[in-house]
Amino acid sequence: MGQTPQKWPGIELSNDDLLNKKVTQTRYHPRAKFSWSAGEAMSRFLNELKEGRLIGRECKHCNKILFPPRMFCEQCFKPTSKWVYIKDTGTIQTYSISYLDKDAKRITNPIYVGVVSIDGASEKMGIMHYFGEVTKDTIHIGMKVKAKWKPPLERTGSILDIEYFRPLKEGEQ
Amino acid sequence: MTFIEKTTDHRKLRRWEGNIEADYIYTSGLAGERFFTELRKNGRILATHCPRCDLTYLPPRMYCERCLAELRDWKEVPATGRVEAFTVARLDEEGHEAPEPQVWAFIKFPGIHGGFVHIVAAPEEKVKRGLEVRPRLKPQPLRTGEITDIEAFEPAEH
Amino acid sequence: MRKVAVIGAGMTLFRRRLMETPKELCFEATRMALDSAGIELKDVDAVISGSAPDGFDGVHMKGEYYSDGCGAYGKPYMRVFVGGGTGVFSAISGWYHIASGLADIALVVNEEKMSSCQPHPQSVFAHIWDPILDRPLKPNLIWIFAMEMNRYMTVHKIKKEDIALVAVKNKRNAVDHPCAQLADPNITVDDVLNSEVLAWPVQRLDISPPSDGAAALVMASEDAVKRLHVETPVWMKGVGWCIDSTMWTDRDLYFPEYVARAAKMAYKMAKIDNPRKQIDFAEPYDPFDYKELHHMEGLLLAKKGEAPIMTREGVTQRDGDLPTCPSGGLLGVGNPIAATMGVKIGELYWQLSGQAGKRQIPHEIKTGVTNAWGDLMQYGAVAVMGV
Repeated sequence: MGQTPQKWPGIELSNDDLLNKKVTQTRYHPRAKFSWSAGEAMSRFLNELKEGRLIGRECKHCNKILFPPRMFCEQCFKPTSKWVYIKDTGTIQTYSISYLDKDAKRITNPIYVGVVSIDGASEKMGIMHYFGEVTKDTIHIGMKVKAKWKPPLERTGSILDIEYFRPLKEGEQ
Repeated sequence: MTFIEKTTDHRKLRRWEGNIEADYIYTSGLAGERFFTELRKNGRILATHCPRCDLTYLPPRMYCERCLAELRDWKEVPATGRVEAFTVARLDEEGHEAPEPQVWAFIKFPGIHGGFVHIVAAPEEKVKRGLEVRPRLKPQPLRTGEITDIEAFEPAEH
Repeated sequence: MRKVAVIGAGMTLFRRRLMETPKELCFEATRMALDSAGIELKDVDAVISGSAPDGFDGVHMKGEYYSDGCGAYGKPYMRVFVGGGTGVFSAISGWYHIASGLADIALVVNEEKMSSCQPHPQSVFAHIWDPILDRPLKPNLIWIFAMEMNRYMTVHKIKKEDIALVAVKNKRNAVDHPCAQLADPNITVDDVLNSEVLAWPVQRLDISPPSDGAAALVMASEDAVKRLHVETPVWMKGVGWCIDSTMWTDRDLYFPEYVARAAKMAYKMAKIDNPRKQIDFAEPYDPFDYKELHHMEGLLLAKKGEAPIMTREGVTQRDGDLPTCPSGGLLGVGNPIAATMGVKIGELYWQLSGQAGKRQIPHEIKTGVTNAWGDLMQYGAVAVMGV
């Protein structure tokens, strides 16, 4: 017959135990380097970024402009139909104000980051990016924004060719 | 049906460089702590024994993989082992020509289940299956409680 | 399909750093599960394991590496992995091994050792993002939760105070859990609201910690339950799972549609048509406090935007009408990703078999639901269990 557990195993260590080798251990630093093939859709997307343009793919079956662009539509599972330039303006769908960098280290100047849906693509289709020229009091969901591009000569064909999205000014397209 | 269009100009296809950064500290664990501490301090190699399955595990484990009993019975491993299988590495871990060939072997000990994969410090023409070998440890002050405390296995002197 | 029951469970302490190796953690949880079911390894027909990315433990193919500690030697064995959804999905995998007739008794063992990864497991989380679209922005994993939380709060006009109530409830519930890492009997809403802002709206006490730990289950067919004279089997009544688009910037984050689809699949199997009435308690996946609310809505236990109201009214307290995370959840007990099975499926088993000790829900319970959630916010796994 079985029994309800009474003892719960596990020996806790402190950070000091680990970092100052109070227990025996082996350390390892892997060197894993990659060269990812960008593929058909992302290659064109990156090349267009270098020109200061955003591009999507049309799915004629679903009557949608897919962004980021892709060569097949995951919903109807057919190849997408053609390339369509879209705008570099959009709407903040959500955002965060981050006091952490990628290694969970604390930073004092926060990063404004979020999802921006792009005008000209189908509803709610967008990318993650930084926001600039905003404060924690001005940024809000629903804010209209526009890409702040790097100068043409500094662009490399990367998502970072857009420095950030900034508030759309009145009368601006 | 495939993609409607395909880029044939390879200059337009992009690649993206990156790495997967990570850093690790592996604890030796409950059985490993005793094994490595004994190796570092006293230069002894220990194994654990399962009385029910009559198996003696090297490297030692805290449990028997056959019956999943917790193991508390520790035994010293005989000083002399034998080469069970070996290979000669002529390339280093990056794939470059190594300065000299290195013999790697799986070493077993009488009455012990398991063993070590380690370097055999002997010319390749002298290494054969069944060769008797003994561990050569680093001097005690240099030992850290890692598998590299064993520098290599050497042919046993008789 | 054959009926399947959970007949034993085990788990280790959940801690930021444990000394045991991944193999040893698996052994400890597995041994407990076998002992609690009153069986031996020779009685087990198949072994299933679940664990999150290899990058945390730092051993590639860790499912094979630690398999001996799971009791897999010489048996049919597989590892399943669906990100954070693994904590429930591996039990679903155990279920179909037995429901199909392939096995009579199966072990399910989940493990995570996140402390191997230095200086913080965050650095490995960075590699789950798209390398071309996302990684150049140097994202921190907390960002996506912060973005989802903000969208959820804004759409429904939810106050942070109401979300903080979840962290308070779960960390207090965890005081009664013997494995808890972050139990706090005195925590208040103000403590949560005044804790360090990490990525607004996420603050330090809104989050579960990284943890080391393992959990295990013994699952059995109806025949085996009879043969072994199990007194308190807890039956798997329904299971469901679903994945949403991995293009996460193309969908509205305010509602987890994929959880709702997985829940509907599980409820249909369990013959549940009114979950709010027919479910007695829940263990929704709670790596963040807002996620408990988000998942209650996805599990159709609350209308969209109304889970915070139920929380404020005390409905989700252990003695409330719908006790939610009576274990203390990931927020209170800890979050060794796949091993959270111990506070999800494990808690349903212990509660429904009357073995939850100080955590036991004080009124009669017959049916519970749990879910686990993962990947880039698109994987839902749901299980309904009952007596």
